[in-house]
Amino acid sequence: MRGAISVDTERCKGCGLCVVACPLHLLHIADKSVNMKGYSYVTQESWEACNGCTSCAIVCPDGCISVYRTREA
Amino acid sequence: MTREEFIKTAPLVYKKPTLLNDTPMHYCPGCSHGVVHKLIAEIIEEMGLTERAIGISPVGCAVFAYNYIDIDWIEAAHGRAPAVACAAKRLHPDHLVFTYQGDGDLACIGTAETIHTLNRGDDIAVIFINNAIYGMTGGQMAPTTLMGMKTSTCPYGRQADLHGFPLKLTEIVAQLEGTCYVTRQSVHNVSAINKTKRAIRKAFQNSMEHRGASLVEVVSTCSSGWKTTPVEANQWMEEHMFPFYPLGDLKDNTK
Repeated sequence: MRGAISVDTERCKGCGLCVVACPLHLLHIADKSVNMKGYSYVTQESWEACNGCTSCAIVCPDGCISVYRTREA
Repeated sequence: MTREEFIKTAPLVYKKPTLLNDTPMHYCPGCSHGVVHKLIAEIIEEMGLTERAIGISPVGCAVFAYNYIDIDWIEAAHGRAPAVACAAKRLHPDHLVFTYQGDGDLACIGTAETIHTLNRGDDIAVIFINNAIYGMTGGQMAPTTLMGMKTSTCPYGRQADLHGFPLKLTEIVAQLEGTCYVTRQSVHNVSAINKTKRAIRKAFQNSMEHRGASLVEVVSTCSSGWKTTPVEANQWMEEHMFPFYPLGDLKDNTK
């Protein structure tokens, strides 16, 4: 456990740019759940593998992703 | 340890810049405008210019830019953002003055204002979002539309004999004496976003240090206008836009 993200699901528009930006392929767009605007939002699967590289947050056009990272393994 | 517990204890390493407020952006999913807005907010925050930044917003998709970044903004008439920025900078020489314009605003109706302001060498920074289409009004052909590219007003593709050739305004302004820094960047992946951030920061520094006019073109996507998904739009941009609009610095007199 080195990193994790928290997604502002109400702000997310489900564009999927973070999904292709994640080098570890940990993100996917939720299949059925939608936010108040009707967009499917991004969720993080198997977060234990996340290394907190911030790629997803940098490419996010709406700034919905916050990244937490620790130095400990 | 659950994810919630981890988030409570681990240090926050990346979050939306505080200058970018919580107003939901009206842009379509995956629009490049959001990334550039975020970069501008980050850079102004890092340079400590929150109280001394004046942005000039255009007419086009970014017309509501003043709703999203908490600095002073002036909304200019269509294409006239550089003229307004020129006045703002001359009245407030110690302020950061930048314009934020799309290709319809800067390269079509505002060509004269853009060229003359940059030729005078007013110390402003121009951020030029080039997505080769009129996004806000429904995907019409823009001066920057590529040859053969289909839009709602050239449904069979842009043809030279009927529509003329795409305008490379960045190359034109690089010839002018008044500009000190002219570059073309993009925001399609992490490294490109970091390069764009450095370019915009440099343009803002040039504005603060009175070195002359700077122009940063950001080759962008318009997934709605191009009728693709955001991910496909980025791929299309890499395949079709970059050969005609090659990335890199065209002019840098600040070295």
